[in-house]
Amino acid sequence: MHIPDGFIDAPVAIAAGAVAIGAVALSLRGARRELTETSAPMAGLTAVFIFAAQMVNFPVAAGTSGHLIGAALAAILIGPYAGVLAMTVVLSVQALVFADGGLTALGLNVVNLAVLATVAAWWVFRGVFRLTRGRLVVAAAAAGFVSVLAAAGGFVVEFLLGGTVPLAGDTVAAAMFGVHAFIGIGEAAITALVVAAVAGVRPDLVYALRRLRSSDPAVSPAAAEKVTA
Amino acid sequence: MVDVVSPAASAPPALRVEELVYDYPDGRRALDSVDLEIGQGERVALLGPNGAGKTTLALHLNGILTPSSGVVEVGGEAVSNESLARVRQAVGLVFQDPDDQLFMPTVAQDVAFGPLNFGVPEGEIPDRVHRALAAVGMADAADSYPGHLSFGQRRRVAIATVLSCEPSVLVLDEPTSNLDPAARRDLAEVLDSLDVTVLMVTHDLPFAWQLCPRSVILDAGRIRADAATPEVLADSALLAQHRLELPFGFDPGPRTQ
Amino acid sequence: MEGLYLAGDSRIHRLPAQVKVVAALFFVLVVVTTPRERVLAFAGYAVLVAAVAALAAIPPLRMLRRMMIEVPFVVFAVLLPVFGLGERVTVLGGVSLSVEGLWAAWNILAKATLGVAVAVILGATTRPQDVVGGLARLRLPALLVQITGFMVRYVDVVVDEATRMRTAMAARGFTARHLNAWPAVARSLGTLFVRTYERGERVHVAMLSRGYDGSAKAWSLGTSPAGPTVWATGLALPAAALAVAGAAWWSTW
Repeated sequence: MHIPDGFIDAPVAIAAGAVAIGAVALSLRGARRELTETSAPMAGLTAVFIFAAQMVNFPVAAGTSGHLIGAALAAILIGPYAGVLAMTVVLSVQALVFADGGLTALGLNVVNLAVLATVAAWWVFRGVFRLTRGRLVVAAAAAGFVSVLAAAGGFVVEFLLGGTVPLAGDTVAAAMFGVHAFIGIGEAAITALVVAAVAGVRPDLVYALRRLRSSDPAVSPAAAEKVTA
Repeated sequence: MVDVVSPAASAPPALRVEELVYDYPDGRRALDSVDLEIGQGERVALLGPNGAGKTTLALHLNGILTPSSGVVEVGGEAVSNESLARVRQAVGLVFQDPDDQLFMPTVAQDVAFGPLNFGVPEGEIPDRVHRALAAVGMADAADSYPGHLSFGQRRRVAIATVLSCEPSVLVLDEPTSNLDPAARRDLAEVLDSLDVTVLMVTHDLPFAWQLCPRSVILDAGRIRADAATPEVLADSALLAQHRLELPFGFDPGPRTQ
Repeated sequence: MEGLYLAGDSRIHRLPAQVKVVAALFFVLVVVTTPRERVLAFAGYAVLVAAVAALAAIPPLRMLRRMMIEVPFVVFAVLLPVFGLGERVTVLGGVSLSVEGLWAAWNILAKATLGVAVAVILGATTRPQDVVGGLARLRLPALLVQITGFMVRYVDVVVDEATRMRTAMAARGFTARHLNAWPAVARSLGTLFVRTYERGERVHVAMLSRGYDGSAKAWSLGTSPAGPTVWATGLALPAAALAVAGAAWWSTW
């Protein structure tokens, strides 16, 4: 769910917009390295995939269901920089084309869901992947879980700085982290299952494996040339 | 080799492939010493079973793939890094799935994409777009979103996206796949009206018979036959050997055109 | 992608997308920076939004339906006076409400509603493909324009693919009702990613075949540039909002 207009006061929303622009500019530079010349269509189609994946319902209980946020998935599949860009475009299209998420809150939403969630997911993935000596599923689950908490953390900070609502900061923090720990479990499970499914058929498509296992002969650079074969 | 359209004595062939070898990154051989020459204005069908290497060959013709060894020439010029832009402008590749070919948000943007990259001045773009779309009977669709067009219409617009580059050779990958009979007939009329050299990768033997005087069979990375289309299609043993099959009841008699 | 677009030929529809995006953003900026106590200013904004919606010929019911997206926040806002902190008032003989909570609820409801209404008008009068062209005209970096363009172009294609996969699963008796459906649903998402990525690879080849060099020139083609008069027309909305804000400020309502 995206923050609407007016929920966080204007100075904080505008500051978040500036932070978002800076983070996107950095990601544009970084993505050039991640994606080489395949950049635009790969990042674009991944944005499409995230958007479509968010529409898929995962049944929880008694008719309720949850869905993916996708930041961790994007970071693992196409890399943190390209992931930030893909998530940013998803959020921008949702705001500009579907009226989902306030126009002046776009910076807040990008900071939380595209920047913090994606970057935190990548760091955690990399750490856990190395710590567990390449346990892909465990690292993906951890990344999925943390991505949600990082987004919630971003919201809590924004709320403390510019919340327009008379609720105690600690109450909001406790509620946000409580609820999002639960959501994070779902995100962890979906992220791990989807990454495992992709790695099962085309490990060469998983950026994190290409990057972190570059010595592994199973994921050789030659696989990248499958493109046109 | 059958010279159906005899090229002017001095003109270089539109396409010339000599001893082309290509190995996949995993080491499997995809193309095994392919020789092929196509004269200016010829229309040639490239036939063969799935996995024969037809699409791989097509991707060499405008430098998307680089041969492991051998030569590819377009209009007498060897394909190299240096000639890449000219070659890609001269050889228009139309891919099998029009949804891959039409990647822009609107039809006009898609048709303009090639010319803009090849340095056509922006002032000439609208005219180019219009002529290319008119050539495939889709002039009214310029402002459309590709997703709103029928499959057959998208196939025709896909052809317009390379016609706008004013290529000398058109390479089509399975142009009739997924088309209903009416759309297939529309496409035949469009292709028949174009004044370019055509190489058509296809399984659709009657379509090849209708449009291409000459046919080449590629199987397991090698050229297995190269002759007049009626002759190739009349050789049932040859066809069977390469998993090609005429539709039931189809009689490949001499072309009446 | 259709988005919220409602085909039409109103003056709002005809405005270039880049002008509408900027005007909508500025308008909402004026709204969110208005102190919540200036109640009449918000009434003025609402009149402006209603006038633009009428100019765009958007049926009111349709407009309201599209605005339902903010309902979760409405519910949240309604609960605020109940759970809010600070000074409380008693209404309807015994219901105690937080004064600060009432103000906060009003603030969120007014601003979020005006924001979503403007975004709905933007979406209803601007084709998604024109939004891409508009962003290109606003000089958004080429890579972002292209990613947005691919998204607008391919969402339908990929959603169709996902639907076909779901149908195929349902045809073999699969129902997603419990947690134990997750692995199968996630596997299908994995397959969807592979197919989507492979399409990206094929698109890339098709782009290279036509001389792709990374520039985003083609993405703004067919969208109209906006001259000063057009910009002035479009920015009349945020300017009017600013005037309303000024009037409300001076009149101390």
